[in-house]
Amino acid sequence: MTAELVRGQNHPLTEARPEVRVTAARPVAVGVVLTDEQGRLAGVEGVLLPGGPAGPPGVGLPGRAAGGEHRVTVEPAALPETVHRVGIVLALPAGARFGGGPAPFTAVVADGSSGPPLVSYTITGLDSECAVVALELYRRQGAWKVRAVGQGYAAGLAALLTDHGLPSAEAQRLAAVAAVAVVAEQNGDRPLPPPSAAGTPAAGTPSAAGASAAAGASSAAGTSAAGASSAAGTLSSGAPASAAGTSPSGTPASAAGTPAAGTPAFGTAASGTAASGAPAAAGPPAVGTPAGATAQSHGGPAVPAPTASAGVTAPGAPEGSAARGTSGGAPGGATAPEGAHAAPGGAHTTGGAAPMAASGAPGLPPLDAPGAPGAPSAPSGGTSGAPPGGASGRTEPSGTHTAPGSVPATAGASRIDYRHPRRERASSAQGHDQAQDRTRTRGEDGAEQPPAPVAGDAAGWSMEERLYNQVWGMFEDLARAVAAYRGAVEFADNRRDQEIDAVLGDYRARADGTVDRARREAKARREELVGRAQQVLDQQLAQLRAESEVVEPALPPAYARWESPVWRSYRAPEEQPLALRLGDLSLPESGALRIPLLLRLPLERGLWIDSGAGGGAGGLLATPEERRRLALDMAVALATRLLAAHPPGAFTVHVIDAAGAGARALTPLARAGVLAEPPSVGPAAVSGLLTRLAGHVDLVQMAVRAGAAESLPPGTDLSQRLLIVHDFPHAFDDRAVTALRYLADEGPRAGVHLLMVADREDAAGFGALLDPLWRSLLRLTPVPEDHLADPWVSHAWTYQPSLPPGNGATLEGVLARVAAARRG
Amino acid sequence: MTVNMTKGQAISLQKDDGGSLTAVRMGLGWQSAPRRGLFGRRVREIDLDASALLFAGEQLVDVVFFRHLVSDDGSVRHTGDNLVGGAGTGGDDEAILVDLQRVPVHVDKIVFTVNSFTGQTFEEVANAFCRLVDETNGRELARYTLAGGGAYTAQIMAKVHRSGPGWTMTAIGAPSNGRTFQDLLPDISRQL
Repeated sequence: MTAELVRGQNHPLTEARPEVRVTAARPVAVGVVLTDEQGRLAGVEGVLLPGGPAGPPGVGLPGRAAGGEHRVTVEPAALPETVHRVGIVLALPAGARFGGGPAPFTAVVADGSSGPPLVSYTITGLDSECAVVALELYRRQGAWKVRAVGQGYAAGLAALLTDHGLPSAEAQRLAAVAAVAVVAEQNGDRPLPPPSAAGTPAAGTPSAAGASAAAGASSAAGTSAAGASSAAGTLSSGAPASAAGTSPSGTPASAAGTPAAGTPAFGTAASGTAASGAPAAAGPPAVGTPAGATAQSHGGPAVPAPTASAGVTAPGAPEGSAARGTSGGAPGGATAPEGAHAAPGGAHTTGGAAPMAASGAPGLPPLDAPGAPGAPSAPSGGTSGAPPGGASGRTEPSGTHTAPGSVPATAGASRIDYRHPRRERASSAQGHDQAQDRTRTRGEDGAEQPPAPVAGDAAGWSMEERLYNQVWGMFEDLARAVAAYRGAVEFADNRRDQEIDAVLGDYRARADGTVDRARREAKARREELVGRAQQVLDQQLAQLRAESEVVEPALPPAYARWESPVWRSYRAPEEQPLALRLGDLSLPESGALRIPLLLRLPLERGLWIDSGAGGGAGGLLATPEERRRLALDMAVALATRLLAAHPPGAFTVHVIDAAGAGARALTPLARAGVLAEPPSVGPAAVSGLLTRLAGHVDLVQMAVRAGAAESLPPGTDLSQRLLIVHDFPHAFDDRAVTALRYLADEGPRAGVHLLMVADREDAAGFGALLDPLWRSLLRLTPVPEDHLADPWVSHAWTYQPSLPPGNGATLEGVLARVAAARRG
Repeated sequence: MTVNMTKGQAISLQKDDGGSLTAVRMGLGWQSAPRRGLFGRRVREIDLDASALLFAGEQLVDVVFFRHLVSDDGSVRHTGDNLVGGAGTGGDDEAILVDLQRVPVHVDKIVFTVNSFTGQTFEEVANAFCRLVDETNGRELARYTLAGGGAYTAQIMAKVHRSGPGWTMTAIGAPSNGRTFQDLLPDISRQL
């Protein structure tokens, strides 16, 4: 009867000599951590890893069973008294993660039993982790139990060990040992090619096989550096020490074999997707800087390009898998990408070479190898970039079975750093990266500095679009910031009122001074909260102001204020603008900050400048006459802006000034000659213009609907048109009103836009007939008024019209240049 | 490092470099009900809903859920209701984004809940999980596995609350029952 555990569940363990079996679909290092009651490691002797020293009595790693399972034998009674917990640890090579494949399966069986397991646990729910504490056997009141832990570590085995109280350096050294073991296991997984003929003594022992592989590799490669060959031996033998033994050179490169040198071969990704596979990365744990690591990989110039004589170039390491190899716990894993990139060029078959990487029979315990004869002395290649102990030779084991005899001895000889300079590296180099981040994002005072604003800091195809999106982003930011502030203040007010009410309801409290005190307290609490809200708001406003200061000067004419210098140096554009600035928006809380109100072009609906007495406070300040004058000035400014924002000839303006009352204000437009025709005065001219425009809309619509825009009669002007209607409804009969409504509804799709300058009260005689017209238009006011709502939180925004400064010189200057551009 | 949180475990939402988090996402994913052939047994879709409840002290001030996708101040956003679930391969099917810097000052707790709108208990839902992600770099801060849970239809996942200048997340993982967050309010108030 098997007890299937879920995470966190435990189960009694009565077996005297239980055996833990781990089944994983890919190479994995299975180790043990022996910890005290608090789950702390006393030292390195509490860590058992394949390829490492044997642990205390009572626990052993006999290697893999016939079925491919990893085994861990435990004899609880024989364990030292200080050991209270036995954690079964699984570690993947760097770059691999548990999330990508089938969940590892663990089981506890009676010693030697082939029956069903006592307890089983499938480690599910893992994702980016590459090391995990799978099971834990622990003492509980004299008896032993087993618990499903499943605690994963994305940063790898080193992080796991550190978490158990091991010093970081020790943890990384051990992680490197495990990494080597995984590679050995990976080799062991493959069919073994025939042993080397290169005079290998005592090929029967795994370590000797490893040695011979190294010897064979280097002798065959001839020129290949000892760094490569010794590392090859390291990887294939599964015993770091043996590699050291094989290389008699005594150069630093040979020291790669020792764990301390940090042969963190975790980079040898279990890719298996390419014949050549990924190279292992090496680097001393102490070197955290990518640059340093790169130098390391250069240190092993074991890329014998000339040895390609055999002809077959291995397809190279899959770049992705190797590049991801940095995520492992192995220090120096950052070198993997270089190695990977080097592989396509550097992985060569050396014909007739003794097959290497062929040793490492599954699960054989590491042995110290005697120094193998025949290993060439190392050229100093390994030393060039490598500090003592930093070897970087690497080999590719997985290629051996597909291309027997190949020695893809690829050191990371590529001098090109393909890593993205800014990309996040979820690697062991994290600590280093974070240190960099800290220096970058923290100011001298230790507070986080918001990044300096930049104009155009938004998405978009063109600068114009980016600016447009940025302005809308600022608009939203301000809306949200103020919403948060208002929410907080409202909450604070409500809470104060409730607290005061609660006290007032208590009659006894009225007698003494409790009420006053409570009232003071409630008010103080309110002030405190509002103060905090204000502080946050001020901070956000300051940031937006800074952004606004950068953005405003960068705006093109169509977006810019009239005061902006771009208007002084105005030149006719070649393309239609994306949007048009209608004015500024602000909120009471926003202080001096103004957000440009940008309206997308072409206009989807008409505009209505309300010359009547609106509801806003500003409406009371201006007299009706003033408002009317301002309204028409604003219409002229808008028309000028539209004309100026379009390429010459792409925009025409018609004016209806039925009573002729606006002649003076319209003079600049008329004088510059930018109007399509003189303003229409009087009923006949009005209805004539409306009829012509309606006919134009009809024609264009018909043509567009029929998909025959090119069959329009010659001479049809397809430019965008703006119709300014002043003094509505003077001189408008029912037919003209109907035509106007038709234009308002259908015009925008045919490029005819309406700009009404009117007081709704004047048209009261038409009753409800005109309500749809007013509603279909975007209402603007000649004086600041809070009638516009934002699409996010529906604040009432104060609209401030944009009027050219001073005596109209700016306006006339622009109009003159528009007219000049039109003439040619 | 991903933390597989256990009940009541608190983690401080600080970046590893000491800076405080600015944006977190609560992701919810589950596997849709298996589909059968045209005339096979009809299966009911599984609709899990993620909600975020904003509290000022003990008082609920705002809720972000599938009928109110953006909090009034815009700091908390729901990416939209998913009615049937996904492939169950680990992707988020629903997500709630919290811009911690924008959260109004009076809001000091945000409680995340998961409800089964269609009424299936978590026993019946495959591959359901809930996780908290640092939205700025995509790093997973905490993860809960819902699947294989008990016979209940809702879970109060976690609360993110102010502590000092930053925020702290406490895993709650308390089971509850209900179709939407309203049904959970009594249970939630116990967890505040």
